Amino acid sequence: MLEVRGLTKSFGALRASDAIDFEVREGETHAVIGPNGAGKTTFIGQLAGDLRPDAGRIVFASEDITALPAPRRARKGLARSFQITSVYQDFTALENVMLAVQAQAGHSFRFWRDARRDGELIAPAKRILEDVGLGERGDVLAASMSHGEHRQLEIAMALALRPRLLLLDEPMAGMGIEDSRRMIDFLGKLKRRYSIVLVEHDMDAVFRLADRISVLVYGRLIATGEPEAIRAHPDVRTAYLGEDA
Amino acid sequence: MTWALVFEQLLNGLQYGVMLFLMAAGLTLVLGIMNLVNLAHGALYMVGAYLAVAGTQWTGSYLAGVALGFAGTLLVGMALEVITMRPLYGRDHLDQVLVTFGLILFFNELVAIIWGRGSLYTSLPSWLQGHIDLFTGSRYPVYRMVVLAVGLAVAVLLWYVVTRTRLGMLIRAGAANRTMVAALGVNIRLLYTVVFGFGAALAGLAGLMAGPIYAVQPGMGELILIQVFVVIVIGGIGSIRGALVGAIIVGVVDTLGRAFLRPVLATAISATAADAAGPALASMLIYLLMAVVLALKPAGLFQSR
Amino acid sequence: MKRGALFWIVVTVALTVLPPIAGALGQPFYIDLVRRMMILAIAATSLNFILGYGGMVSFGHAAYLGLGAYSVGILGFYGITSGWLQWPVAIGASALVALAIGAVSIRTSGVYFIMITLAFAQMLYYLGISLEVFGGDDGMRLRSRSQFSGLIDLGDAVSFYYLCLVLMLVIIFATHRMVNSRFGMVIRAAKSNEARSRAIGFSPYRYRLTAFVIAGAICGLAGALYANHTNYITPGLASWVQSGDLMFMVILGGMASAAGPMLGAFVLLIAEEILKGWTEHWQVILGPLLVLSVIFFKRGLAGIFHA
Repeated sequence: MLEVRGLTKSFGALRASDAIDFEVREGETHAVIGPNGAGKTTFIGQLAGDLRPDAGRIVFASEDITALPAPRRARKGLARSFQITSVYQDFTALENVMLAVQAQAGHSFRFWRDARRDGELIAPAKRILEDVGLGERGDVLAASMSHGEHRQLEIAMALALRPRLLLLDEPMAGMGIEDSRRMIDFLGKLKRRYSIVLVEHDMDAVFRLADRISVLVYGRLIATGEPEAIRAHPDVRTAYLGEDA
Repeated sequence: MTWALVFEQLLNGLQYGVMLFLMAAGLTLVLGIMNLVNLAHGALYMVGAYLAVAGTQWTGSYLAGVALGFAGTLLVGMALEVITMRPLYGRDHLDQVLVTFGLILFFNELVAIIWGRGSLYTSLPSWLQGHIDLFTGSRYPVYRMVVLAVGLAVAVLLWYVVTRTRLGMLIRAGAANRTMVAALGVNIRLLYTVVFGFGAALAGLAGLMAGPIYAVQPGMGELILIQVFVVIVIGGIGSIRGALVGAIIVGVVDTLGRAFLRPVLATAISATAADAAGPALASMLIYLLMAVVLALKPAGLFQSR
Repeated sequence: MKRGALFWIVVTVALTVLPPIAGALGQPFYIDLVRRMMILAIAATSLNFILGYGGMVSFGHAAYLGLGAYSVGILGFYGITSGWLQWPVAIGASALVALAIGAVSIRTSGVYFIMITLAFAQMLYYLGISLEVFGGDDGMRLRSRSQFSGLIDLGDAVSFYYLCLVLMLVIIFATHRMVNSRFGMVIRAAKSNEARSRAIGFSPYRYRLTAFVIAGAICGLAGALYANHTNYITPGLASWVQSGDLMFMVILGGMASAAGPMLGAFVLLIAEEILKGWTEHWQVILGPLLVLSVIFFKRGLAGIFHA
């Protein structure tokens, strides 16, 4: 589904991404972990299309998307959620998702019909809000929602794109225990339907959800493998989990 | 169209460019460091010109007028910063644009109330009058040479202050991280007032030097301000080096264009057509230049951040 | 009845009965004044679409007023007085120029965008001044008002007034529809959160450019109306002072609202008229008033009427 070869990006003297080779098979959930400053955000940024790599290729569903800007990638089915909540604060939850549905529905050069009452946008949006558990909260202004609900909304908008691949950037960030557990359950249900790249710090989530795990340290991918193999991997233990893990 | 004439216009272009630089330097610093769009910068230019004229008429001494123009604009600038700019920091650019626009209306009318709407003309002391001989054989006004020299001296002084002194270091640090500098105990508010004040003083200097060459009248600031914007866009916001390069380019292109576009066109098309098209094209020249620069480098030639 | 609907009914009725009342009171001046307000309200509405809803701080919008007016004036100068030709040219020319300026400017953002739109508008202003044929700095009188095959006589103050009223209401309504259409939603979304918009698949540039062109075209129409209103065209119509006035109308009235621009236009022009009555130096009072209104009074008038 997704194949990354030799992805490299430097910021001045800092090698944020160092010849990264990475792949996601169809239907697989591939987690990316690593200590802070490892370059996970830069990595996601290049996959999403916000950053241009200095070198390397990104192939998505057999198509080379390296030069494509973020909006084009989203339209091809590469959906992302943000680590720091980035929703439309002055729109309601329903409108947020409707916008995502609209973005996926072809061009938006329609100037007359009221989009707020457009059944083609409302119905799918409502369904998705139900799916993520925000069914009752559709008419709430995003600015008034809790942090946990924001994270759910982020996922909802990604799902509204009818994606083939989800890029989830720390979906659990800042969540309490209850919310996290609910999110993990929900993501578990998503596993069947989508290929997922999951960047996370929450090890509980990672080991429960991931089919494979890659470890990123100082911009380099030092290990890739099944969860158990990673847990036991000596380099990983040293670099990330601590000498005495 | 002789080489002597071209050279003379080139000097005019440099002199105009140097005045643009004086204004652009202050404006680009304020924009880069304080993230403040200040449309009233042109009004400060006007204030400098008027205060200088008033001072000279009052005291009978040209230099006293210059001092009054410079110091007066410095004070007006700092007062303006405290009263109207402080509420604007952190607000979006739209608000800043509107407020400073309102200030322009105010200043233009204030000046008209005090001095009337007509143009004032300044007379130069004898030691600034007259011409000097250029190596090309033609003669060039002493005053314009002096303006050019003063402008370049200020450029050097600015470079020195910003790169070699503690104040300059504070300015650059404040541009990079305002909160951090404040946390280090530096009085950011005072720093901003000083920066704004001196930007204003430079504009006032440009204004008082412009007086004898161009007319002193209400609204004179806006004419030059737009070109200053073009300079900053071309040079890059926050960059003094960019302001200098941009100012020289704009000054020279504009002056040479106005002087020579019509004759040059007349060699290719009919004289009457050139008469109509020449001035029109010349007035558009620097904006076309700006569009070209932006197409290639959207953040200007020297981006500082 | 909803507050908004009531508001519009009152406004429409009031504007409709104004000419006969003013005529009966022997004060035709007010017909002219309100007509001017309505024409500028059209211009302000077009600016509100890209500024209030779209967040595009275009400081050169008056350029299209000038372009529209000069289209009428220049065509008339060369003997083409038919409004059927002049007005489409006014709209089309404005749209084309907006396309050119927008194509370059919309790639930038923030302060650059403000300064660039201002610079390009000034370029057109200086161009207007340099064209001696059409009066240069002084401008020129129209040879004749736009002719519409006898359907309407723009020389008749009242007929022209009602035309402007109809056009203003139509444009406010059409803009309102556009704002809530899919197109409008993209524009508003891009203003609200650009990164998010890109992430879900919107390419803001093409939509913004389209909006910019539409706004320019509508403003061009306002320019054509204005030329007929004053029977005179001057480059000052495209000046940045005029652009600033338009922006104030949008802000005062309340950005991102349908009635805001109209209210803002009315209030600003009334304020000018009152101040002009007091002193010829009215700008020295208006300036600080505008400053204070921006610093303290952010929500705008339309918030009060929920319009």
